[in-house]
Amino acid sequence: MMSRAFTLCAPLCVALLVATAPDASAQLGSYNPPPGARGTYAIKGARIVPVSGAEIASGTVVIVDGKIQSLGVNATVPVGANVIDGKGLVVYPGMMDAGTSLGLSEVSQGAAATVDVSETGSFNPNAQAFFGINPHSAHVGVTRVVGITHVLSRPTGGIMSGQAAIMNLAGSTAPEMVVVQRAALVIELPRSGFGGRGFGFAPTTGGANTQDVNRTRQRQLDSLRTMLKDAEAYAQVMDAYAKDKTLPRPKQDVVLASMVPFIRGLSPVLLIADRTTDIREAVAFAEEMKLKPIVVGGREAWQIAAYLKQHDVPVLLSSVMDLPSREDDNYDVNYSAPGILAKAGVRFAITSGDAGAEARNLPYTAGMAAAFGLSKDDALKSVTLWPAQILGVGDKLGTIEAGKMANLVITDGDVLEAKTNTKFLFIDGRPVPLDTKHTALFEQFKDRK
Amino acid sequence: MKRVFQFSGAAMLAAAYVIAPAASAQRSSAAPATSVSTVGATLIRNATVLTVTKGTMQNTDILLQNGKIAQIGKNLPAPAGATIVDATGKFVMPGIIDPHSHMMSDAINEGSLSVTSMVRIDDVLNPTAVNIYRALAGGVTSINILHGSANTIGGQNATVKLKFGKDVNEMMFPGAPPGIKFALGENVTRKNQNSINIPGQPAVAKRYPTSRMGQEEVLRDAFTRARDYKASWDDYKVRVAKNEKGLLAPRRDLELEPLVEVLEGKRLVHAHSYRADEMLMLLNLADDFGFKIKTLQHGLEGYKIASEIAKHGAGLSTFADSWSYKLEAYDAIPYNVAILMRHGVVATINSDSDERVRRLNIDAAKLMKYGGLTEEEALKTITYNGAIQLGVEKRVGSIEVGKDADIAIWSAHPLSVYANVDKTFIDGELFFDRQKDLAQRDAKMKERADLEKAEPNQAPRAVPARGVITPLPEMQP
Repeated sequence: MMSRAFTLCAPLCVALLVATAPDASAQLGSYNPPPGARGTYAIKGARIVPVSGAEIASGTVVIVDGKIQSLGVNATVPVGANVIDGKGLVVYPGMMDAGTSLGLSEVSQGAAATVDVSETGSFNPNAQAFFGINPHSAHVGVTRVVGITHVLSRPTGGIMSGQAAIMNLAGSTAPEMVVVQRAALVIELPRSGFGGRGFGFAPTTGGANTQDVNRTRQRQLDSLRTMLKDAEAYAQVMDAYAKDKTLPRPKQDVVLASMVPFIRGLSPVLLIADRTTDIREAVAFAEEMKLKPIVVGGREAWQIAAYLKQHDVPVLLSSVMDLPSREDDNYDVNYSAPGILAKAGVRFAITSGDAGAEARNLPYTAGMAAAFGLSKDDALKSVTLWPAQILGVGDKLGTIEAGKMANLVITDGDVLEAKTNTKFLFIDGRPVPLDTKHTALFEQFKDRK
Repeated sequence: MKRVFQFSGAAMLAAAYVIAPAASAQRSSAAPATSVSTVGATLIRNATVLTVTKGTMQNTDILLQNGKIAQIGKNLPAPAGATIVDATGKFVMPGIIDPHSHMMSDAINEGSLSVTSMVRIDDVLNPTAVNIYRALAGGVTSINILHGSANTIGGQNATVKLKFGKDVNEMMFPGAPPGIKFALGENVTRKNQNSINIPGQPAVAKRYPTSRMGQEEVLRDAFTRARDYKASWDDYKVRVAKNEKGLLAPRRDLELEPLVEVLEGKRLVHAHSYRADEMLMLLNLADDFGFKIKTLQHGLEGYKIASEIAKHGAGLSTFADSWSYKLEAYDAIPYNVAILMRHGVVATINSDSDERVRRLNIDAAKLMKYGGLTEEEALKTITYNGAIQLGVEKRVGSIEVGKDADIAIWSAHPLSVYANVDKTFIDGELFFDRQKDLAQRDAKMKERADLEKAEPNQAPRAVPARGVITPLPEMQP
């Protein structure tokens, strides 16, 4: 065998393989060592959990040039492959956190210059998370080492917050990391009525009484409708001009242009809504405007599961770990919501709902749902395959299948358990060192006398 | 059917849960309550018992009697009338102890002065707070309710057993030593509040100190005054003992009395702190005045000065993996506890949150990954070590004969994310029972539906006859 053998002292060995040229230009330093080169890798003799099918008790996964080439009991290890001994280890598809703003906000209090999560004003459809994400954020490193290999990172605030991006959590630049630059348009629909989400930071319709609130809300919805219809009209004019250049040349508008893929239903729209009334309103609004809706938040989605199933609207659930919002709610109301959604056949993903630093709690959030009614298999799907499918990248990510992007995590146990260690990590077919800001400080201080 | 349904009311809840809260009598004095258990015995059969201090015992029975753990062993005989709980396949661990909480508090900060040692958290506790029940459902039995971190020397804490439904006096942990909150860093200097404009909240005014320099000075000044105050009383007592005539007692000072207790080692100091430099300042200052810091709370950079913390003898209570939410939390690492424990510091995980307190078991499990704690060490960070930090380790924190019967039964190993709590006992009394909770959900839903249908809860237009509420005229846009 020509292959180079790895031993179980994994992290360091992979680190050796990886180019170690540091990128020292980042704003807050860079704690995320760059991934190694694409190449040919084989993980031999590991338990494989492909998610798309039955577990393989002991098999091989082969990665070639960024993609999964083959897997199985008898998968052939190509000549010259770098071989990882997977004995006693488990291979999972990398997890996806589809409910975060990772990379957009480093230190939320007291370091305003590190916060790029929101634009000013209410309508910013052309603000792209892609341009605000800091590849050198320390959040990137600590998140990926628990096995979260890619995220949907989204802007927040206003009514049209901007566009979310699907990013791999490895690479020195945003173009190196990107999977889908303009994955979804984020709309925080004004809430119906008082109260609800957040601590007053979410868009509030304000007002002294119910009539006031409703009127403000209707005005905001009308503005939103007008913008979306303007974008549709703009798209029609542009189409017409493209076909017939004798027409007067229309004026370009970057704001209207940015909405075209979304108003035409080519890409999804994330509608932030937690309460049943708001979720129904969001779905109705999306149907009225012919958008492709995904409900984000979804705290009370379980209460109207049949409705969501009927309208085939998926949910990116961010409230599994939230306290119940009403005093007489069952204590486990949010823990058990995913199980109810799964039973009803609603498409959903579990997300961290965290801005970035604590997105790494995603696996345990899914695990908590499994302690309260969701099957363990579905818990794993809810953070791998399902978010990928909901966001239109199910053909690329979310399972271990030949031809898919090689985003893999190799662990010494159940990937959803808090005590489990990651031993190897591949993102986009590149081996990722397991060093982080946190391991660096650990190493620096662990033996200090 | 005339009861008015309110989403925010506690009445509904009282009717719905296992234990109806008693009248919420405010605690009127600081006298510790005594707990005399009148509940019957419970025999837990055939459990995997995680004692925390004496290893794991398979297929073991535990007898809870007179509020204590009476016996641990195989095939224990059941006393007459004892409730039998079959725990086959289940895990029993000591009740979780949260060393940093603000649960039940109707007020958290008296932040108007830099020294508010005179105020007491146990004056403002609400025993009907529903989050008590939710914490019980996470296997938590005792918490340390602290004053907030608005000022350098804050108010006095309360150590509480989560006896949901009882009078607040019965919830006070009997014999727990009193404590006090100190705070250092950004929350005290208000550096963040100045730059954040929270809608609907007034801007926070400047108040000395606004720097870590001023914090040291506030402490030094306060303890200098406390030392003088103590000297005046000591001198007075000596003269009284000598039968001197015409003596005038020093004027009582409610601000300095608790600080004298700190100097005398009678009151535990729980000091909110983040950066290593401010923690070291505090430890050195305490050494100067000859008192001990019982715990550094949060102590996110504790790992940078683990030796110094160990040398002083302070404990440290921190988050498992929270970080980066402010600058002084940017060097926090989840390996903090592991480094501290390897240096001999008694370390714990706390929640500081009514949400996180429900899943401290998962936070503890993370420490096995971040720094390689053993199962028993991980469990200690949410049980026994917390008992040490609150000065109640002789009573709670492990499963040993003679200790308070504060335990929880889990469906699986509590360090697994797939585990949930089946039953929680405090002083041998059942305060949470998942099966009972599940069983009464239908009745609860029905009561709620009935209340929503009840006449007083209909929209005003639907009951014009009552004529109490006149709808506002429709306004023009």
